[in-house]
Amino acid sequence: MKRYSFVQLLRNAIGLGDGWQQAWRSPEPKPSYDVVIVGGGGHGLATAYYLAKNHGVRNVAVLEKGWIGGGNTGRNTTVVRSNYLWDESAAIYEHSLKLWEGLTQELNFNVMFSQRNLVMLAHTEHEMIEASRRVHANRLNGIDAEIWSREQTLAFIPILNKSMNIRYPVMGGSAQPRAGIARHDAVAWGFARGADALGVDIIQNCEVIGVRREGSRIVGLDTTRGAIDAKKVAFVAAGHSSVLASLAGFRLPIESHPLQAMVSEPIKPVLDTVVMSGAVHAYVSQSDKGELVMGAGIDAFNSYAQRGSLPILEDLASAMVELFPIVSRLKILRSWGGIVDVCPDASPIIGRTPVDGLFINCGWGTGGFKATPGSGWVLADTIANDRPHALAAPFSMERFASGRLIDEHGAAAVAH
Amino acid sequence: MTQDFRLAKGGRIDREKPLRFLFDGHAYDGFAGDTLASALLANGIHLVARSFKYHRPRGIYGLGVEEPNALVETGIGAAIEPNARATTVELSDGLIANSQNRWPSLRFDLGAVADLASPLLSAGFYYKTFMGPGNAWKLYEWMIRRAAGVGRAPEQPDPDRYEHSFAHCDVLVVGAGPAGLAAALAAGRAGARVMLVDEQVEPGGQLLNTAYTINGRPATDWVADATAELDRMDEVRRLQRTLALGVYDHGYVACVERAVPVPEGRTRWRERMWHVRAKEIVVASGAIERPLIHDGNDRPGTMLASAARAYANRYGVAVGKRAVVFANNDDAYRTALDLADSGIEVAGILDLRHDLTGAMPALAREKGLRVLAGHAVVGTRGRTRLKAVEAAPVDDPSNRQIIECDLLAVSGGWNPALHLYAHAGGKASYDAALAAFVPGSSPERMTVAGSAAGEFALAHCLSGGARAGVEAAKRAGFSATQPALVLEAPEPNADTRVGPLSAPNRGGKRFIDLHNDVTEKDLRLAAQEGYRSVEHAKRYTTMGMGPDQGKTGNILGLNVLSDALGQAVPQVGTTTFRPPYHPVSFGALAGREVHDLFLPTRKTPMDSWHEENGALFEPVGQWRRAKAYPKPGESLHAAAEREVKAARESVGLFDASTLGKIDVRGPGAAQFLDRIYCNTFSTLKPGNARYGLMLGEDGMVKDDGVTARLGPDHFHLTTTTGGAASVYVWLEDWLQTEWLDLEVYLTSVTEQWAVATLSGPKARQVLGPLTDVDLSTAAFPFMAFREGRVANIPARIFRVSFSGDLSYEINVPARHGLALWQALMESGRPHGITPYGTEALHILRAEKGYIVVGHETDGTITPHDLGYGGMVSTKKDFLGRRSLGRAGMTGPDRKHLVGLLSKDPARVLPMGAQILERPTEARPAPMIGHVSSSYMSPTMKRGIAMALIKNGRERLGQTVYLPLLDGPTVAAEIVSPVFYDPENARRDG
Repeated sequence: MKRYSFVQLLRNAIGLGDGWQQAWRSPEPKPSYDVVIVGGGGHGLATAYYLAKNHGVRNVAVLEKGWIGGGNTGRNTTVVRSNYLWDESAAIYEHSLKLWEGLTQELNFNVMFSQRNLVMLAHTEHEMIEASRRVHANRLNGIDAEIWSREQTLAFIPILNKSMNIRYPVMGGSAQPRAGIARHDAVAWGFARGADALGVDIIQNCEVIGVRREGSRIVGLDTTRGAIDAKKVAFVAAGHSSVLASLAGFRLPIESHPLQAMVSEPIKPVLDTVVMSGAVHAYVSQSDKGELVMGAGIDAFNSYAQRGSLPILEDLASAMVELFPIVSRLKILRSWGGIVDVCPDASPIIGRTPVDGLFINCGWGTGGFKATPGSGWVLADTIANDRPHALAAPFSMERFASGRLIDEHGAAAVAH
Repeated sequence: MTQDFRLAKGGRIDREKPLRFLFDGHAYDGFAGDTLASALLANGIHLVARSFKYHRPRGIYGLGVEEPNALVETGIGAAIEPNARATTVELSDGLIANSQNRWPSLRFDLGAVADLASPLLSAGFYYKTFMGPGNAWKLYEWMIRRAAGVGRAPEQPDPDRYEHSFAHCDVLVVGAGPAGLAAALAAGRAGARVMLVDEQVEPGGQLLNTAYTINGRPATDWVADATAELDRMDEVRRLQRTLALGVYDHGYVACVERAVPVPEGRTRWRERMWHVRAKEIVVASGAIERPLIHDGNDRPGTMLASAARAYANRYGVAVGKRAVVFANNDDAYRTALDLADSGIEVAGILDLRHDLTGAMPALAREKGLRVLAGHAVVGTRGRTRLKAVEAAPVDDPSNRQIIECDLLAVSGGWNPALHLYAHAGGKASYDAALAAFVPGSSPERMTVAGSAAGEFALAHCLSGGARAGVEAAKRAGFSATQPALVLEAPEPNADTRVGPLSAPNRGGKRFIDLHNDVTEKDLRLAAQEGYRSVEHAKRYTTMGMGPDQGKTGNILGLNVLSDALGQAVPQVGTTTFRPPYHPVSFGALAGREVHDLFLPTRKTPMDSWHEENGALFEPVGQWRRAKAYPKPGESLHAAAEREVKAARESVGLFDASTLGKIDVRGPGAAQFLDRIYCNTFSTLKPGNARYGLMLGEDGMVKDDGVTARLGPDHFHLTTTTGGAASVYVWLEDWLQTEWLDLEVYLTSVTEQWAVATLSGPKARQVLGPLTDVDLSTAAFPFMAFREGRVANIPARIFRVSFSGDLSYEINVPARHGLALWQALMESGRPHGITPYGTEALHILRAEKGYIVVGHETDGTITPHDLGYGGMVSTKKDFLGRRSLGRAGMTGPDRKHLVGLLSKDPARVLPMGAQILERPTEARPAPMIGHVSSSYMSPTMKRGIAMALIKNGRERLGQTVYLPLLDGPTVAAEIVSPVFYDPENARRDG
């Protein structure tokens, strides 16, 4: 892999470079692999990367139905944080956040991880108490977290609605200074380039249409590009996890919903941080291009179609005007939808499945992007060693039978 | 300034109504009917903007929503609109517009140094650098962010209002061009209820822009006739200035209407969202012309050919004095002819095609225009305004000739506007002859007609539109027996095929996406680097991601990719169109659900009394509730303490109207409640009430409340204030989708009942004189329910208690709530009755160890965890029962509800504080629980707290440690959660 650098850029600009290589190859699938990852989103590509990098497992293919990063990786609002309430969640998201902090250098691909702070607004006394509980827990888990007063919050985010005479005045909030946003496409591309350089085959336009088993063990996959043998397989296909599981003959405790997001036209910087509000129900940041990137709640109906309904966007627009009155005359440029797989406890499933040799990583609901490197790291370790990584162990599928749920519903101020 | 470029005659502007406006501080004149763009052009202004990345000078390029360059700021102060398209802004008197994204001025913009560095700033350059050292990205990002963005946001809240309207129709026709008008006429004549929405100020579409004839008369006459006929039809509604933004499922179409500008400046509403539910949709949204790829194709003075002719025909503006037309298709000749007819000198028509056999080139030659077959523009000259083009034969590009001109009208053919079609799930197919995507199969309820269907000839637009209107009306249930329109438009066999999209490359900048400054080279680089999917190439280069969403450039980009990858265009694919078709304001989307109407505050019937008596309010769920009633100078804490004391020692009065209430009736009501609650209700006798716990399917406490049995098949169920709606939906969900065997009817009656709670040892003395109900303990014991009259108002009285003292919850019809409250206050006056708020309520219940859902529960707490295991029935099935049997639901890892007393009685432990077994722990520290509620207890005269602690009930008497945020670690002892009257003597007496 030819490294990227400013010098390279300069050489190419003045004609001394020898051109840019392709970031990843587009190989034909081989008849057999040690590990096949189904799903070329950030999580799948990260899994392949860390399998090759950390475990020396390089005879790996990533199969992608469409184009890599085209699912939720390329559709989310790019928030990265680790200030989760429960120990199990905090541990895996913080592990992920630490990886984010070095990811650009690790991949030699600028993923533009922007640690611009993240403020979760509190609009009621109850939300202040919830924030206090989470911040106390975060601190004890070694995560940076702060409680902010109303004055602190308003000073940090000058465009917030300062009125006390509104439905949900800002009472304060909690902040995580190390949180922020990243460039979502770059994460997929960076992991793809890194994995490819280590020998991983990234195979796009390759849909899995069948699972081949011998007894209780998986031995390969039927795809739209032919049969592929595999010693081990991992399903990492958010939005379609249940579909793949049914091909393999088991069911998942997952419901799939559309989740929409939208961006405004680019404007000069007005918002330097990430803001989330549970009561008013919106989360927003401003991209480096200048667009306000926003999301809210899921559409209540189940669907695999990557589009949602208009009222969700209208509610989001009114929430935005309520929080930031100056946005009213700005214009929304684009809206889109993705499909999120939601578990009953709003936490993911990472680990083994009822089929030997088949692993799964799914159920991240509305918050999977932030976990991309951490999720790949622990799943790669789980696959390589045939046992759950310590951080993944609490997120096994068995928890729904044992009742040891990790319920982040009550804990997350807003579903993201 | 005089309008030097205004033609002497023609156009649909009103020359009797001059308007004055400001652009970048200079005053100009225009006419009513102008857009900002046409008025600027009339004054010879082309340069209006700087591009996003390289800050290159840019001119007005298009005519409407497709405009990639002419983004300006309009208005001042709070009324600023950034990124307004000059091409869609209606000129009004006193309009103020300014250019954006330049410093210090539009003509001299320092940002243009980026253009010099452009070789460095190739596609995706930022992914390859800015990686260090250390955290330097923060600095790079700071600079990038300030360089990016285009317009600026206003600094004050929007002074304008936005409306939402809702409409149903049989046939919605989008676009009032020839196809749309024909469709609306056909459907309207069939009797269908028709809505015709059109983004322009007036109907006509392309017929306004081009000098067509229909039946031998000017096409605009036909437009006037058609419009008049439509306006005579009762069932036809016509909306101009209305843009269809998006199509959603089941014929749901979102449109936004702009207000007609008024001279005084402010309209009643600025924009109005139409939510249209249509049985059938006819998409006659027309087509958008695309340019060609050639060196220097962004010079101000370069313009879409169709826009140039529209400025002449419709606005009476000569976009230049001397024009060159550069094209690959016949339609562009119409531009040349119209320009020539307007008196603009046409210096030449450069056609990329070698073989010009069609009628249009012949006509042009006949008219004496210079037609150069197989020729291309290979360069442009000028900086902020085009001065000349370099023309050369396609086969010999170095053989250049300079043609002086100040207008370059380019046409690369037309792209059907398939956005709405795509929103509805339509899959377009590629037509290589047109070099455009055209509709494939029609999505449900939708027909595409006219240019939008790739049928560009006027005759086809008219006949296709009429056909679509008839078909849509028929599918909507009307018998459309009217003959289709018989119209004669010229050239039914017009050649709409196009030639190459690209001129020979001589190494200059060749823009694909003018707004985002994406060049052909960028796209080729993306392909070379493996970004082969069109989605990857788009995201890597940002092609089509700017405010214009690639309306003009995307097809060019696809063809470049196709060439670079050696794949046919259909294999390269196309990106997905997403709503909105054109950017829409936050205000329009939000409509009236802003300010006071954003989640309107719910108030109880007694709210006015609270307000008059100095209540401090807090939002609880959707309600506002009185938190306390501080006397002048009294703090919240002091007020709450006084209120608690009154409720303990004499009597307090609390407004409990916000509690959720559900009326449950039917033969299956008792069985239904048995399934819903973990405890049993079928054994409850009429006249009695019982506290119930509802669990989720996961076995966790979901909601709680007291439910009374009013009769054998009739219950009054209460929920928490915040849970009222979700519990109601949950119950209906089970009834309607799972338990069809039960005949039960649910009615939400939360707002039908006002509830006043009398609490304290003197409660009986206060209520007694007002009621005919026997209040003696024998006749009306704890957890009983009685109906009677209170203050001569029919009432339901529940003897329940959330304070631990004698307590009556009095429910009366909501309209009597205030009267009841006043009567109780009056009756209680001799006893020192004191109204108390939610703060005192919380203290009272915490002293007694009563839980609040959301404090002592968080979706992870079972009845057993709360110490309420005894309530869980072992004799019946209920929601959550199966989950309670799982291994993880018992054992020493479960958290239990306990009390917590700080070693320092004066300290109130902060709610949310986490609890450790040892005073110091390394991070991550093992937390065994947290403080769920905590108050200074006036009754116990010390701080008390409730906590959820792992295996807490087995730890009574143990000392635990709470490290406080930015504070000390404090020690506390685990105790029983019931601090007050554990024997219940006061409550039950």
